[in-house]
Amino acid sequence: MKLLLGNEAVARGLYEAGCRVVSSYPGTPSTEVTEFAATYDEIFSEWAPNEKVACEVAFGASVAGARSFCAMKHVGLNVAADPLFTASYTGVNAGMVILVADDPGMHSSQNEQDSRHYAMGSKTMMLEPSDSAECLDYTKRAFELSEKFDTPVIIRLTTRVAHSRSVAPLADRVDNGLKEYTKNPQKYVMVPANAKGKHVVVEQRILDQIAYCEKEAVDNGLNKVEYNSKKIGVITSGICYQYAKEALGENASYLKLGCVYPLPVDLIKSFAAECETVYVLEELDDYIETHCRKHGVNVIGKDAFTLQGEYSQSLIAKVILGKETETLKTDVNIVPRPPVLCAGCPHRGLFYALKQLNVTVSGDIGCYTLGFAQPLGMIDTVLCMGASVSALHGRNAANPENAKKSVAVIGDSTFIHSGVTGLINIAYNATDSVVIILDNSITGMTGHQQNPTTGKNIKGEPANAVSLEALAKAVGIQNVIVVDPYNLAETKEGIKQALEADGPAVVISRRPCALLKTVKHNPPLKVNKDKCKSCKMCMKIGCPAISMKDGKAEIDFTQCLGCNVCSQLCKFGAIE
Amino acid sequence: MNKSIMIVGVGGQGTLLASRILGSALLDCGYDVKVSEVHGMSQRGGSVVTYVRFGESVASPIIEKGEADIILAFEQLEAARWLEYLKPDGKIIVNTQKMDPMPVVMGAAEYPEGVIEALKASGADVAELDALPMAVEAGTAKAVNVVLIGAMAKNMAFVEKETWIKALKESVPPKFLELNLKAFEMGYNI
Repeated sequence: MKLLLGNEAVARGLYEAGCRVVSSYPGTPSTEVTEFAATYDEIFSEWAPNEKVACEVAFGASVAGARSFCAMKHVGLNVAADPLFTASYTGVNAGMVILVADDPGMHSSQNEQDSRHYAMGSKTMMLEPSDSAECLDYTKRAFELSEKFDTPVIIRLTTRVAHSRSVAPLADRVDNGLKEYTKNPQKYVMVPANAKGKHVVVEQRILDQIAYCEKEAVDNGLNKVEYNSKKIGVITSGICYQYAKEALGENASYLKLGCVYPLPVDLIKSFAAECETVYVLEELDDYIETHCRKHGVNVIGKDAFTLQGEYSQSLIAKVILGKETETLKTDVNIVPRPPVLCAGCPHRGLFYALKQLNVTVSGDIGCYTLGFAQPLGMIDTVLCMGASVSALHGRNAANPENAKKSVAVIGDSTFIHSGVTGLINIAYNATDSVVIILDNSITGMTGHQQNPTTGKNIKGEPANAVSLEALAKAVGIQNVIVVDPYNLAETKEGIKQALEADGPAVVISRRPCALLKTVKHNPPLKVNKDKCKSCKMCMKIGCPAISMKDGKAEIDFTQCLGCNVCSQLCKFGAIE
Repeated sequence: MNKSIMIVGVGGQGTLLASRILGSALLDCGYDVKVSEVHGMSQRGGSVVTYVRFGESVASPIIEKGEADIILAFEQLEAARWLEYLKPDGKIIVNTQKMDPMPVVMGAAEYPEGVIEALKASGADVAELDALPMAVEAGTAKAVNVVLIGAMAKNMAFVEKETWIKALKESVPPKFLELNLKAFEMGYNI
């Protein structure tokens, strides 16, 4: 038995199931699955440029006869939806498993979408574990089910399952080798004539899977019925099962659905018939509830609970049992502590330069999204990966005058993910757009993953590095300017030149993430209190290491990395 | 009866490592353990919280208001922020270090005065220590988390000291072990 992170347990399941190929794009809360998978030498693991590529890599590996896998966060599945919907038609050769991690409560996401709709939409079987032991077990089951039903299988996690540690038993790896590939256009070439035939197969497959969910899945414990007191019946899956057990214990009976697509009908009906009052406990949408109602099963769900945020044991205890918890109170004014750009973050200098230029900023997904926060406040829109570039083009197409006073900001990894296509559009359809690539030599927000621009692969071994300068030029951007965001004057000047010049431009703001272990830091800076005139200029960059103490600026030596951005703002030379 | 411990602090202070050491020590004692962590955006200097629950059999990995037996707070304001999560008869161990949140840095709010007194006035059992100077003395300001683990270990007599040290050894790189053992002892012996 070992205490494993949910994501680590999935990776262990991949290893034990004999998975051979893993391709993913990082995204909280799914990232660690692939990082842990990469620690097994038996698995070919990689960071792909985006989730669509990752899913297609897994498809190719499956057809070639290897058990394959890709992982992504919920919004990543939007990107991978294209291969998913048709891989559901082709089915697999060796087992293919797709992991999607939803983020109820949006701990680290831009929306709260419920990926179960993708399982239903793409007609792809979906399993949902509730702790690390099930993460491991369901991963192995997913491969078996994928091969049994000739379908990709999706594993859905939520943040609390992905990022909780609990005990899980380990077993040895079973690798049955590569399955033979046989050419079969009717199965693998999805042109209309073949796809029509495959759609028939898919619909029959769902009926077979429902039959499996009614009986065999109950016998093998994937769908579990636990009868205790029958006054309260709970139909649930995933983390909500754990919350319900904590809140209700043996005062309720449970139907725990390990498979959330397809859902059984008779199993639900017979369980509900045994219980006095039946609740559906599920985070986000009324997915199971709607299924129950469709089949005439009377349940209490979202009317009593919520479509937003996370559930918990106390929410369930409050709604079902009317139980309130006693708490301690203080009258302390609790000042909020939002996340901020780290001390020494290279993005800070860039955003300060943008502030001085007073431009509109089309933003993107990454650490630099935090540039929206005060006191910098320099992002106007954030939508999804890559949208900064394409939306800037749209803005400038709507009104060419915007081009002289607006920019896009996008990180190196996000640019490769889906910014480059927008840049091709800018060059091809000719707006004078200025795209700033924040090249910090790593995928930052998700916790330092390598990417195609860093020159290293997932294992840290040397790899081909995309030259952002050459790439920009190759797609037709002639004006490429490189600046160091630690140098405020240079950065401001570089962006100004790009804005003033005719034609589109790319500015590369290049400086490695300050948290990278390979980055050497200067000693912490100090404020000379005699020289400090309390003008608070140094506070304008929102550095968490700088504060005012007794009317003078002070720098926290435990946080300061000596980046010297603040000292460039001090007119009195007080920062040394 | 299951027990619940919360570790709260500011992103970057090392709360994750602390929760891993705690989880590993409790597992070694034979308990069922669940640890819930926060990754991603909130780690960037925001308020962070980790839950550790243990006992004979643990279902939920999270801790809700009024449910924590112990809160280990790495920073004063964070102690006050999460106080509601403490059981009325629970214990809160507070590092007296202050870290200004961005609204304070910007001058839009003031860091509250008298936090420790307010915690005590709430009726909570408060144990305070100034872990930063101890960590610096042990060798690095970064060892604040291990000093605090030491202070918590002292309050969890049912876990043997050797078990903590074993968990510590498993969780930190060998070249920093000596420093961390020193930091642990400093927290343990106050």
